[in-house]
Amino acid sequence: MVPTSFYIFLAALLFTIGAVAVLFRRNTLVIYMAVELMLNAANLAFVAFARQFEALDGQLFVFFVMTVAAAEVAVGLALIVTIFRTKHSVDIDAMHELKG
Amino acid sequence: MSALNTAMLLALLPELLVLALMGVVLVADLAGWVQGRKLGWLTVVGLAVVLAVSLSVAMPNAAGAAVWGNTLRHDALSFVFRMLFLLAAGLTIFFSMDLPGLGDRGAFYLLLLASVLGMMLMAMANDLIMLFLAMETATIPLYVLAGFFTGRRDSVEAGFKYLLFGALASGVMLYGLSLLYGFSGGAVEFEAVARGLSETAAPRWAVLAALMVVLAGFAFKVAAVPFHFWAPDVYQGAPTPIAAFLSTASKAAGFALLVRVALVAFPGGTMPWWGAALAAMAAATMTLGNLLALTQTDLKRLLAYSSIGHAGYILMGVVAATKLGLTAVVFYLLVYLLTNLAAFGVVTVLERNTGSPAVAHLAGLYKRSPWLTLATLAAFLSLAGVPPFAGFVAKVWVFMAAVEAKLEWLAVVAVLNSIVGIYYYLVVLKVAYEYDPPADAQPLQVSRPVVWALAALAVFVVVAGVAFGPWFGWGQWAAMALFP
Repeated sequence: MVPTSFYIFLAALLFTIGAVAVLFRRNTLVIYMAVELMLNAANLAFVAFARQFEALDGQLFVFFVMTVAAAEVAVGLALIVTIFRTKHSVDIDAMHELKG
Repeated sequence: MSALNTAMLLALLPELLVLALMGVVLVADLAGWVQGRKLGWLTVVGLAVVLAVSLSVAMPNAAGAAVWGNTLRHDALSFVFRMLFLLAAGLTIFFSMDLPGLGDRGAFYLLLLASVLGMMLMAMANDLIMLFLAMETATIPLYVLAGFFTGRRDSVEAGFKYLLFGALASGVMLYGLSLLYGFSGGAVEFEAVARGLSETAAPRWAVLAALMVVLAGFAFKVAAVPFHFWAPDVYQGAPTPIAAFLSTASKAAGFALLVRVALVAFPGGTMPWWGAALAAMAAATMTLGNLLALTQTDLKRLLAYSSIGHAGYILMGVVAATKLGLTAVVFYLLVYLLTNLAAFGVVTVLERNTGSPAVAHLAGLYKRSPWLTLATLAAFLSLAGVPPFAGFVAKVWVFMAAVEAKLEWLAVVAVLNSIVGIYYYLVVLKVAYEYDPPADAQPLQVSRPVVWALAALAVFVVVAGVAFGPWFGWGQWAAMALFP
């Protein structure tokens, strides 16, 4: 059996990749993908811990996270489409209307 | 785990009624029975019914009880906040009803109710799963509402920025929650998490790092430094009543959850630096919010920075982690919620009449609309914390809570910040009272529901400042849930 620490390490790696991509990529779609990667890193950690402690709450959590992520993606893609219609770009640098 | 029974249904009655109201609004809108701003009246009446029914039959006793398999707590603390969210939603609807593109669309009312439902669950949440779910239920509809004017570039941008920061914050927070789940030995209930963390084998720094990451999610929700930067942009671009709702109900929901988490799941004793981190966040939040507000020329941005400053004051009560601290937090949120709604109500009127919420457009407001200026005066002086308005009393109590908890330095920082605050609120009032109106100035057009809402709020701000006993009593009752 693979030890839990391996999973946690992989989750940390996935989370870091996601976080770095959010900070440095300019395309909002890619940023959005990176956020999903972060959510899935957390999911992996939940499932790994749930296996270690033989407690089902972690598994349950993951189901809810997947549902929430789907809802968030639906809203997010709708907003990205709207943004594209008004600005003809999904680049993060095009979001400069609001400042002060 | 207990079976479904009457007591349980009664505990969730407010939420079930809001859910039923959502169904009614959805069907009425789709079937075309009720249309346009009449839907607003339907929703407001529905919310009033929910409020009245809940107050008369669903009142918990102060200590409350855990319901739905210990995922929710029906106690005084959650009850006060739930009633507050219903009230805030009703007032927001009063401000939006006559706004074209917002108040005449059924989707707006439905999304607002969905968000309120999420906030009510946030106030009740008693385990990590419900914490995350309720937070997302409250926030996801708000992304759409912030970007509701799909034809306007600023609104869409506001919605998208809110979504991006929100998704990032929830991703970061979820990762923290997954680590805490592991460190506490597979616990999800708040009390079990506290027990698990106090006897964890994991290194201190790792637990602290996970806590900080979870705190980041809360900081986003209540707009506290260093996760505040979305607030000015989103408030500026979002439809003004939505900005009002974001800065009041959404912030209060974040605090309702934060106090429970900070006092039950991660009590100060478990981690030495946790309290210090919260205190530093409070100080940084109020200082930065107030200083940045000084240079603002757009009323919505000014109120955004001021609301960041207020988050700092409220955090003081959370840091204190005493009975007085919790009482002060609840009372401050009650006062702040109603005062800030009044301030945003004035901005709604101003923007509707002059086309932009620039402070300069307030010039000569006194000569154009004296009654509206009076409401502005009450709201802004209360936000500034000038006696005899409610904001003053609220500030005094949080300062006292900080002093009582031996956080004198924090109280001093807060007093200095209040002085800075008075300056920029008074500048707004100076423009309204002293400057001359433009030559072609007409009295501002104020729609009927806004008049009622503003009048009620302005009266509250004065009454709650002079006779704060009953309102403070609600705070004390709420605090009894965690400090019997």
